[in-house]
Order: sequence, then C-alpha cells, then structure tokens
Amino acid sequence: MRLNKFLASAAVAAGAALAFTSAVAADITGAGATFPYPIYAKWAEEYKKASGNGLNYQSIGSGGGIKQIKAKTVDFGASDMPLKAEDLDAEGMMQFPAIMGGVVPVVNIDGIAPGQLKLTGEVLAQIYLGKISKWNAPEIANLNPGAKLPSEEISVVHRADGSGTSFLFTDYLSKTSPDFKSTVGAGTAVKWPVGVGGKGNEGVAANVQRIKNSIGYVEYAYAKRNKMAHTQLKNRDGQFVQPDDDTFKAAAAGADWAKTPGFAVVLTDQAGKNSWPITGASFILMHKAQADAAKGKEVLKFFDWAYKNGGAMATELEYVSMPPAVVKLVQDAWKAQLKDTSGKAIW
Amino acid sequence: MNANSSSIAGQAAAVEQKDRERRAAEKAMGSAMRLQRIQDFLFHKVTLLFALSVLLVLAGIIVSLVIGAWPAFSEFGPAFITTVEWDPVNDKYGALIAIVGTVATSLIALLIAFPISFGIALFLTEICPAALRRPLGTAVELLAGVPSIIYGMWGLFVFAPLFGDHIQPLLGKTLGQLPVLGQLFKGPMMGIGILTAGLILAVMIIPFIASVMRDVFEIVPAVLKESAYGLGCTKWEVVRQIVLPYTKTGVVGGVMLGLGRALGETMAVTFVIGNAHKLSWSLLAPGNSIASTLANEFAEAESKLHVSSLFALGLILFVITFIVLSAAKLMLMGLSRKEGMKS
Repeated sequence: MRLNKFLASAAVAAGAALAFTSAVAADITGAGATFPYPIYAKWAEEYKKASGNGLNYQSIGSGGGIKQIKAKTVDFGASDMPLKAEDLDAEGMMQFPAIMGGVVPVVNIDGIAPGQLKLTGEVLAQIYLGKISKWNAPEIANLNPGAKLPSEEISVVHRADGSGTSFLFTDYLSKTSPDFKSTVGAGTAVKWPVGVGGKGNEGVAANVQRIKNSIGYVEYAYAKRNKMAHTQLKNRDGQFVQPDDDTFKAAAAGADWAKTPGFAVVLTDQAGKNSWPITGASFILMHKAQADAAKGKEVLKFFDWAYKNGGAMATELEYVSMPPAVVKLVQDAWKAQLKDTSGKAIW
Repeated sequence: MNANSSSIAGQAAAVEQKDRERRAAEKAMGSAMRLQRIQDFLFHKVTLLFALSVLLVLAGIIVSLVIGAWPAFSEFGPAFITTVEWDPVNDKYGALIAIVGTVATSLIALLIAFPISFGIALFLTEICPAALRRPLGTAVELLAGVPSIIYGMWGLFVFAPLFGDHIQPLLGKTLGQLPVLGQLFKGPMMGIGILTAGLILAVMIIPFIASVMRDVFEIVPAVLKESAYGLGCTKWEVVRQIVLPYTKTGVVGGVMLGLGRALGETMAVTFVIGNAHKLSWSLLAPGNSIASTLANEFAEAESKLHVSSLFALGLILFVITFIVLSAAKLMLMGLSRKEGMKS
C-alpha cells in the first residue's frame, strides 16, 4: 500500500517535471564566453519582461561554447575569439559580433594614480616576457618623466584559465612586439614566461590588488568597479589614450567589418587617433541550416531586440554596443546566410 | 467390533483430517518459502547489480580517459610524462610540471598534517577532559565538511597576504640561508605558490586524518592501556608501546585517505598555487597541479591535442591515486602479517 502511494506520488512528480521541462523548452539556450555573460544575463532579464520569452545562457567559456554549438546542444554559441572563416564554413556555421568591451592593464604601485602610468605595447610585451623586470627601468621611466617609479621587481599577473581576455591581450602584444609573437604568441591560453596566474578576472584583480608592484590585465569593468590603477596605452597612431567608452567605440569604428569574411575582426591595435588598442568584440555562433527555424528566429529576435534596446544597459555595465552600421551588416548576413530546412531565409 | 470399527473409522477420519491439515500447512509453508526464496534470489541479484555498477562506472571512466588521452600519448609518446613544457599556442604539451606540483603540494600537506592530526587524535582520546571531548571532536568533523572553495577563498584573500608579508620573509631569512635546503625557500614572496597550496591542503586534510585516527585510537581495549599504566608507564610510553602498535593499520589508512584527498583537491589549490606552468626549486614560486590545470583549462581548450593532453593529465592523476592506494593496501597487508610478532 505504501509502495503504491509512493509510486503514485512519483508518477505525479514525474508528470509535473515533464510539464515543467516542456514549459521551459520554449526558452532559447546559449552557451559560451564568460566575458559577455553579465550583459547577456541583463538583456535576457529585460527581454523576458518585454516579450515573455526567456534566454538561458550558460557562461562555460568560449571553448565550451564552440563545442556545444558544434554538437548542436544549444541554439547559439558565444566566443570571444572569432572563428576563422574556413573553420566556420567547415562546420556550416556563421558568426556575428554582439557586444564589445575593452581590456586594460592595471598596476599596483604606491603613488601611481589610475590613468597616470603611460605604457606602450612594446614595453608591456617586454614586461610580460620578463625582459623588463624593474619599475624604474629606463624604458618605463622615459615614457613617464616626473612619475616616481620604485626600484622594485615587477610582479607579473596573468590569467590562469583560458579566456578571451587573454586572447585580446596576447593578440595585442603579438601585434606590437615581434619578440612576443615569436616566443609566446596569441591565444586564449599561452605559455607565460613569467608571473603568477589568477583564475578569472576576479583572480587577476585580487592578485594585483594584493601584491605590491604588480601588473595585470582585466576587463575594463573590473578595473573600474574595483577602482584599480589602469594605465594609458599608446595606440597605433602614436597617441596615449585612456580606456573608456569613447576610445573603445573609436577602435570599432575604424575596423573594416564589411570586407572581413565571417566578421572575424579582432579589434586590437586598430588605427584611429582615439582608438583604445585592446578592444574586442564577443561573437555569436549559429548553424547556417536551422533545423528548428522557429527557434533560430527566436535567437535572432533576441539579438535584434538587444541591438535596438540594449545600448544603455551595455553602457551601464561598461560594455560598448555595436555601431548601427555594423548592426545593419550583421542583419544583412542573417538574411543571406541563415536558412531553414527548405532553404528559406528565416530572418 | 462395531465400536471398534467406528473408532477405526473415526481414527481414519482424524488421521485424514490431520493429514489434510498438514498438507495444507505444508503447502502454505512451501509457497511462503518459495516466495522467500524468490525474494532472496532477487535481493541477491539486485544488490549484486548495484555492486557491479560501481565496477562498471570505474571501468567506464578508465576507458573514456584512455580514449580521450590517446591522441596525446600517440603524439608525444611516453616522454609526455617527463617533458617540461605546456604551450597551448604551439600545441606542445608535457606533464612533468603538473605532476611535480601535485606530488609536492600533497607531500608538504602530509608532512604538516600528520603530526598535527596525531596530536589532535591523541589529545581527544587520551588526555582531553570528558567535557571538552565532544565539542572538540564535533569541531574537527565540522571542519571536514567545509567546502573546498571556502578554503581557497580564505587562502587567497586572508592567508596569502599574511603569509607573503610576514612568514615568507622570515622563512627566507632563516631557512633560506641554509646551504642546499635554502634553495627551497628563496624566490618571489607573493604569498601564493607551491608552499601556500601545501599549507592550505594540510588544513583541509587534518580533519580527515584526525577523525580516522581518533576513531581507531578509541578501539584500543582499556585493559591493555590500564595494564601499562599499572606497570608505571608514562602517557607517551602507553601511546608509543600500546596504542600505536595496536592501531597502526587504521593510522596508515587515515593518512592515505588524507593523501588521496590532497592529490585530487582542485578548487582550493587553484586559488593559491599561482597557476604558472613552470618548474622551480623554490617552494615559494608559483606552480601548477594536475587538478588545477584541468580546472583552469578544460573549458577553453580548443585544439584536439590540448583537450587530449588534459585527458592524459587526468589519467595520470588516476594512476597516481591508484598507486598511492595500492601502496597503502600493501603496507597494511604487511603490517597485519607481522601483527603479534615482536618488533
């Protein structure tokens, strides 16, 4: 008797669970990059209020996101590192940029205020190669006449986990320093010659704040929220710039989105007087052939809504929204490339 | 005659009646027994199935690890284990840095945790006043239940700064001046590194080792200890001559349990080990362990060889743990064979 009751209640519970999952199944799912997670989560919350449709985004990392979209377990993948056009073609996928942000070097030196220290890509690369090891080295001192730099060892902090932030940073260093390119190279995880690794932006931020005379790199939002001492950087046009919305946007404006296949633009070291040199876009990956066209359309609706209404939220969270010209290009690409099973465009 | 026959008939009827009853009872009993036998049979099979499922899962894990690790081993060969290299950009991988980091942090943890746990267990069983025994014992067990991420965060935000600012300079000035050993204590004083990871691990495994030791110390028969005290032994002599020989199996078991946990610990180590793919003689320098490498890189590993090398690391960790456990079992077998002999 008791068993029967148990079975009955189990059946009821299973039924309820089934009903629940089928209700949730209407939500679109995405997985990937951690860098844009806060803004995607914010957008999802507001979009749910506006349209009633939910988005379930799992920030499992770009690599994981690429794997998941290849296996088609999610409706879209997200990656901080753009896939190459040939890789996209091989998998039958397309990608488009959804949001941008900046990476900033941060330092912890007594008497150096946020935005005070000036560095160049070459000097930054030499520091991360361990070739400049003291803060009062002539290379740094020459860029910062008047600043009181200690005669202390530089403690280098980098990311321990593979990340899009590391990719942007190493890509920038590789572009500005041939030395860095040949000995380390660009990637989400690289073989750092010196320094300690922190897990995630918060890990790097914690280490830099804790270790005296250290240098690290974090997403702009982390530096700003934790009031860390970010540096200026010399951009391609030879100007020293401060990281902020305007300099990130300037970097995006100079890029040639239209002519780059798969929008695979890495916004580091872009031309332009005001360009912040370590800017990057985060990308969305989708299969060109959408087996479930309605789902695919929901994903596009979400990003269309985000492009139109998400700008203020992005600024609030220290991200930069895509310029309208780029959004137009992206939506043209949706029309041209995303098809349902019968070959009809879904956007 | 009549009466006789009727009595015979009555008897026969009675016998028949009894017989029928007996048969009915037998039948009932038979069916009950059959039911029990079926129940027993089913119970046997079901429990066997559960037990086998453990083996199945284990075999499944080994097989999937081997399959996952195969590309790395076929690319790099056995040299994978001895290569000092971890370069995702150029797709070159070797496991030695992570293996050394794992073994070094675990050994440091064990060196520190063993004497302390021993002291805790002894105090709790032999010396502690009865009123304190329960709260102290519960506190030790509670410590074992703290999630490892808490230890990691505490290690990074509280322990590492104190350690880096005060204790590491002290170590450098004292132990660092020794001729050969000094190499171990020179290096960057950042508060994080192999030694910090070992210390955090020690804190984490102390409750495990201590509670196992306490449990085994408690089973020593009072009569043995009392006899020793009666002969005029001191507390230390009782512990050394009576308690330890009686419980060595359990003590080794507890130590191995702690070591096993230290080898596989992931989050706490990741926070404080420094996560640098470098080999250094200095214990103060940042390093990497197998588990922390996996935790850091698995999500973003993209190239096939990178993923496969991570699988290979996992397989190596599995093998190391297996070796540790078998060594423990062998030691215990050796110990129990010698039990009762004069040592």
